[in-house]
Amino acid sequence: MKLLLKDGRIVDPTQKFDKVADLLIEDGLISEIGETLSTAGVEVFDAKGLVIAPGFVDMHVHLREPGFEAKEDIASGTRAAAAGGFTTIACMPNTNPAVDSAILVSGILQRAQAEGIVNVKVIGALSKGQQGKELAEIGDMIASGAVAISDDGSALDNNRLLKTGLEYTNMFGCPVISHAEDESLVDEGVMHEGAVSAMLGMKGRPSIAEDIAVARDIMLAEYTGSSLHIAHVSSKGAVELIRQAKKRGVKVTAEVTPHHLTLTDEVVKTFNTATKVNPPLRSADHVAALLEGLKDKTLDAIATDHAPHAFEEKDREFKQAPPGFAGLETALGVVLTGLYHTERFTLIEIVERMSTAPARILGLEAGILKVGALADITIIDPNLEWVVDSSTFYTKGKHTPFEKKILKGKAVATLVRGKFVMRKGKVCI
Amino acid sequence: MTKRQISLRGKDILGLETMTIPEIELILGTACEMKGIIGRDIKKVPTLRGKSIVNLFFEASTRTRTSFELAGKYLGADVVNITASASSVTKGESLRDTLYTVEAMGVDVIVMRHEAEGAAQYAANIASPVIINAGDGAHEHPTQGLLDMFTIKENKGKLAGLKVAIIGDIFHSRVARSNIWGLLKMGAEVHLAGPKTLMPRDIEQVGVYVHDRVEEALEGADVVNVLRIQRERQHKGLFPSAREYARIFGINQERLDLAKTDALIMHPGPMNRGLEISPDVAYGDRSVIQEQVKNGLAVRMAALFLVLTGGKNIETTA
Repeated sequence: MKLLLKDGRIVDPTQKFDKVADLLIEDGLISEIGETLSTAGVEVFDAKGLVIAPGFVDMHVHLREPGFEAKEDIASGTRAAAAGGFTTIACMPNTNPAVDSAILVSGILQRAQAEGIVNVKVIGALSKGQQGKELAEIGDMIASGAVAISDDGSALDNNRLLKTGLEYTNMFGCPVISHAEDESLVDEGVMHEGAVSAMLGMKGRPSIAEDIAVARDIMLAEYTGSSLHIAHVSSKGAVELIRQAKKRGVKVTAEVTPHHLTLTDEVVKTFNTATKVNPPLRSADHVAALLEGLKDKTLDAIATDHAPHAFEEKDREFKQAPPGFAGLETALGVVLTGLYHTERFTLIEIVERMSTAPARILGLEAGILKVGALADITIIDPNLEWVVDSSTFYTKGKHTPFEKKILKGKAVATLVRGKFVMRKGKVCI
Repeated sequence: MTKRQISLRGKDILGLETMTIPEIELILGTACEMKGIIGRDIKKVPTLRGKSIVNLFFEASTRTRTSFELAGKYLGADVVNITASASSVTKGESLRDTLYTVEAMGVDVIVMRHEAEGAAQYAANIASPVIINAGDGAHEHPTQGLLDMFTIKENKGKLAGLKVAIIGDIFHSRVARSNIWGLLKMGAEVHLAGPKTLMPRDIEQVGVYVHDRVEEALEGADVVNVLRIQRERQHKGLFPSAREYARIFGINQERLDLAKTDALIMHPGPMNRGLEISPDVAYGDRSVIQEQVKNGLAVRMAALFLVLTGGKNIETTA
C-alpha cells in the first residue's frame, strides 16, 4: 500500500528543508520526496496548507503503568500521544514497582507492542526502587532496550550515587536524565518562591534549589566526562549554567516544557491545582530566559513532562494535590501559539526542538524526513484555532493549566510507520 | 442606611485582596451599627431568623469560632459548629464531599477555617452557600483584617496616611496578609519587621516597607500590630530560641517609645506574653487588644448580615 502526502509544506530540520512538495510512503518507509509525484495507484492525502514534519518525540512522559493505572496506562497514554502529534514517547520509571530491572523494561516494551499505538521507549531507574541508595541493573536494562537512565520524580541528593550512576551509565552510551531540585531547599514548597508566593502564603520552591542541583549535576558530568540531560529546566540560573557548561564542552543537554515556556506563577493565584507542578511555574524573568535558552540551543528540546493524575487526586486543596498534569495533547498548540505565532521561533526551529533534538539525545532513529527513513510523520495545521477541552482528552489526566484556552495550531494527523494512528484529531486505530 | 449602590448579598468573603474599597467601607460602616447592639442588655435581634450558618473548622480556634457563633446568634440565625476532628474528615472524607454534605442540609453560609491556602476559594468554586473565609492557611483571614482596620479607624478616625507597623512572623501569618491588602487599599503605609527567616522573599513588591530592625518599623508608627510567634517555628530552625526572639524582636516599653506617643498596640491573639509582647505593653493604656475582640464580633455580625440580606434594616427580619 502506498500513501502520497500531496502538496504539504515539508519541514525537515536535519536538511534545513522547508518547501511545498509531495511525499510518498511505501511499506512504512519514506520512498520518495519531490514535486508533483504521480498519484496513480496510490492513496492520496491532500496536505495543502498543512505542514509535514518528522514525527514528534516526547522524551519525558509518565505513562504510569505499572501501578498507577488510575492516572494513565500505556493504552491511554499512547492514544494521547497520537492525538497530540507524537509518534515516539519515552516513559519515566517512577512507577510501582519502579522500572529498575530488565524484566520490567521488556514488560513495558511488550505491552506497548500489544496495546500502544505509537513508539514507546523506556527510561530505566538509576537506583534500585528509585530509593537513591544502590545502582539499579543499568547495563541489563539498556541491553533490554532502555534508552536512558533516570530517577526522575525524585531528586538525587546523594552526590556519590549520581557520580557512579553517570560513570556506569555512560559505559553503555546512554545519558543520565536528572530531575534537578535540591531537596533541602524545596522542602515543603508547593510553588515558585517570589512575590506571588509571598502574598499567597504558600511555601516556595526557590529557583536557587534548581540552580544548585544543576550546578552539581554539571560538575559531576564534567568531572566524569559523562553525558547528562537536565529535565524540565525552569530557572534562569540553570539556563546560564548549562550555557556556560556547553561552551566548556561538557556533554550536557537539556529540555524545557511547554508550560514553563508560556506560563508564570501568576496563574497559581487561582489556587487551581492544575497549575501545580515540579519544578514550579516561575516568574516572567525566568520565562524570558527559557525562551532565550531554547532559541540559542542552550536548551535542546521541548518535552512535555506529561504527568497525568486521577481526577480526585488533583481535586483537592492546593498544597495536598500531587504535582504535574497532562501535557501531550496541548503541547504543540501551546508551543505554536506561544512561540511560532508570536514570531519568536520559525516552524523549522520548533520541529527541530520537538522532533530532531530529542531523537538525537536519546539516540533514536527519528526526527528526520528523507528517503529511506521510517515514515513516522506528524501533519500539522499551524493556523487551526481550537479550544482546550480536557473532557475530550485521550489521557486519563483531565487537569491542564491550559483548560479553555484558545490555541492556534494543532496536529491533524499522525502516522507511525506509514499508518495513520490519528486523523482530524481522532485516534483511528 | 437608606440607599446603597453596592451590595454584598450572596457574595463570598474570601480575602481582602479581592475586596473593593466600597465593600470594605460598607462592612466597616455596618459594623459600627452592630457594635451598638452588642452593648445592649438584650442583644438578640430577629434579622437573620430562619437562616442557618455552619462554622466548618478544620483547625483549632477559640475566638474566631466563638465570635462567628455569637455573631450569628445575636442576629437570630441558627449556628452549628463542625470541627474536623469530630467529623467524617477523620474517616478520610474529601473536602469536596464534606462541603456537599453541609450544602445538602440547606445551609445559607459556611464559615470555614482550613490549614490549606486557597481552601476557601476551592469551597467557593464548588459549593453554593456563601463562603466566609475564617482563615485559609497562611493566606488570608479577611474578617481579622477588617476588625483590625475597624479598631484603627475607631481610635484614629481614619486609615489613610497612617503608619502601621506589623511585627513578627509575617511568613506564616494570614492576619498579616489580610492586613496588608486592606491597609494598602485604604491608603495606610505598612511597615513590616521580624526575623528575615520569617519574612517572605519579595513581599516588598506588593507595596510594603520591609525592615531588618524592629526599631526602624516602630519609628513614628501610629499603630503597632504584634503577631503571635509560634514556638514550633523554632524547632524548624527559623529562629534560635524564644529568649533571643524576645530580646531582639519582642515589643516592650522601651521599643514602643520609638512609636508615636498615642500609638495603638494591637495583637490578633492568642498572645505569648513575655515572648513577642511584654505584659506591661499588652495591658498598657495604649493597648486595644481587648477592644479588638469586641470589634471582631461586630465585624462578623456585619459580614453575616450583609451577605445574607444585602443590608436591609438591622432591626427587622430579612
